[in-house]
Amino acid sequence: MAQFQSLMLNMFEQGFLFGFLGLGVLITFRFFRFPDLTAEGSYTLGGATVAAMLVSGFDPFTATLGAGLAGAAAGMTTALIHTKLRINNIIAGIVVMTALYSINLRVMGRANIPLLSTPTVFGDVIGWLRAIGIDVHENVYTTIPIAFVLLALGGGVLVWFFSTNLGLAVRATGQNEPMILSLGVNTDRTKMVGLALSNAFIAISGALIAQNHGFADIGMGIGILVTGAAAVLIGEAIFGDRTVAVWVVAAIIGVLIYRLLVALALRVGLEPIDLRLVTAALLLAALAVPRLRTRLFG
Amino acid sequence: MLTLDRVAKRFLRGTPNEVLALDIPSLDIAEGEFVTVIGSNGAGKSTLVKSIAGFVIPDEGTIALGGRDITHQPPYRRAGVIGRIAQDPNESTCAGMTIEENLAMAERRGRSRGLQRALDPVIRERFCATLAPLGLGLDQRLAARVGLLSGGQRQALALLMATLSGSRLLLLDEHLAALDPKTAQLVMELTARIVADQRLTTLMITHNMHDAIQWGSRLLMMHGGRIVLDVAGEEKAGLTVPGLVARFHDVSHAEFTDDRALLS
Repeated sequence: MAQFQSLMLNMFEQGFLFGFLGLGVLITFRFFRFPDLTAEGSYTLGGATVAAMLVSGFDPFTATLGAGLAGAAAGMTTALIHTKLRINNIIAGIVVMTALYSINLRVMGRANIPLLSTPTVFGDVIGWLRAIGIDVHENVYTTIPIAFVLLALGGGVLVWFFSTNLGLAVRATGQNEPMILSLGVNTDRTKMVGLALSNAFIAISGALIAQNHGFADIGMGIGILVTGAAAVLIGEAIFGDRTVAVWVVAAIIGVLIYRLLVALALRVGLEPIDLRLVTAALLLAALAVPRLRTRLFG
Repeated sequence: MLTLDRVAKRFLRGTPNEVLALDIPSLDIAEGEFVTVIGSNGAGKSTLVKSIAGFVIPDEGTIALGGRDITHQPPYRRAGVIGRIAQDPNESTCAGMTIEENLAMAERRGRSRGLQRALDPVIRERFCATLAPLGLGLDQRLAARVGLLSGGQRQALALLMATLSGSRLLLLDEHLAALDPKTAQLVMELTARIVADQRLTTLMITHNMHDAIQWGSRLLMMHGGRIVLDVAGEEKAGLTVPGLVARFHDVSHAEFTDDRALLS
């Protein structure tokens, strides 16, 4: 029972923090229909930026927001390379991901920054709650609701954005570029907006994870795109292809299930070095199941 | 209104397979004219429409719309006054989005798009009123995905989207070709009604010679990238399908091989 409880707590805590990653990947992977490898760099950039800013004394919310802006800049760079130089979007993502490795090292100044003695957004919120007389302590039981509220805000922003005129144009850019061009939309611009938004969310995920885990590391982003894509696909396999709000909820639940499956894999005796194998297997399953289902029952 | 001056476009330029896709010394289309365009496959009809819409940039010459040179303008810059429908219903509507979302995107044709809500009750009511006269029941299905609609419904929606706001020039690139004859008739009548109501200048490519003769005020026949026949008024009104085929033989000195055109 205690095991089950810690499994659930871990799923919600890590799942809600990785939820931003799922939402970011949702934009590029599902709405723009391409795997944006910038994510591998912008996730780490988020962690690196928040760490560097926290260490130099910025408050945690400003630092997390700064991480989001840095991610947005990374996404815009990929979009610029893709649209202005007419370079394939996957290659553009690889170029930026590669460049970001060095940039992230420059931002951090070294390969790993511990954040155990700096304030975090979680600690700050706990401090505010205590200040108004609510007696709480920083632990997994408080991190979960804080992470949930942040993620709900983020998801709300996405649902709202994709219901605006600009948001519709961004979605249509990924689905039917000739049509939205014919309706007078500069798709170079909408691609930039979409990639900026996506990588901002991914960087915020990296920033929150760094604060939660107590360190930022140059290697934290490796394989992160596959994690995000697996989550989006798991959510899609459950909920199907519907409205933006459903997409957003599905991506978040996808992340939760992904985290749960990874935790279960560790419980049944697999070791951390096997995790990438587990991720690959999950991705494959999430891709194959809907196809097999239509072949068998469709 | 629309003027083409010495416009030429070659595909696969500099290779042994080079084709002259478009070669139009001069073409003037007046405000309010409804021009039908026929010709065999590869005659340059689509290239003509695409270069007016901005999806093909001519190698030479100028295209002017309302006196302004638009030859090298990207499609989105000229889209404010040009509505376009392609043959494939997938191209002119967004399958993964709802009817109301498609209409909302079309309503902002050529205007800036910011962070205003795209849909609200007032806008939905307006869309209902726009869709109801079609008689297709689409006004009851505003939140349905466009991908769920039939080809005819999608082309009817595409027609509304192309003419909903601000368009002065309507480009129809065989917009009936993917439809069954009955639906095609329905969408064609709708097209004629909208064109007449809004006094749109229209360029309609068709494979159907009957349609080309029956509708519009002027008829162009293309072959090998050139306009080989240009008739209007009385002369157009007097055209018949066999007569048109004979004219084609005269001007092109070639066999008119397109089965679809002959069968229609």
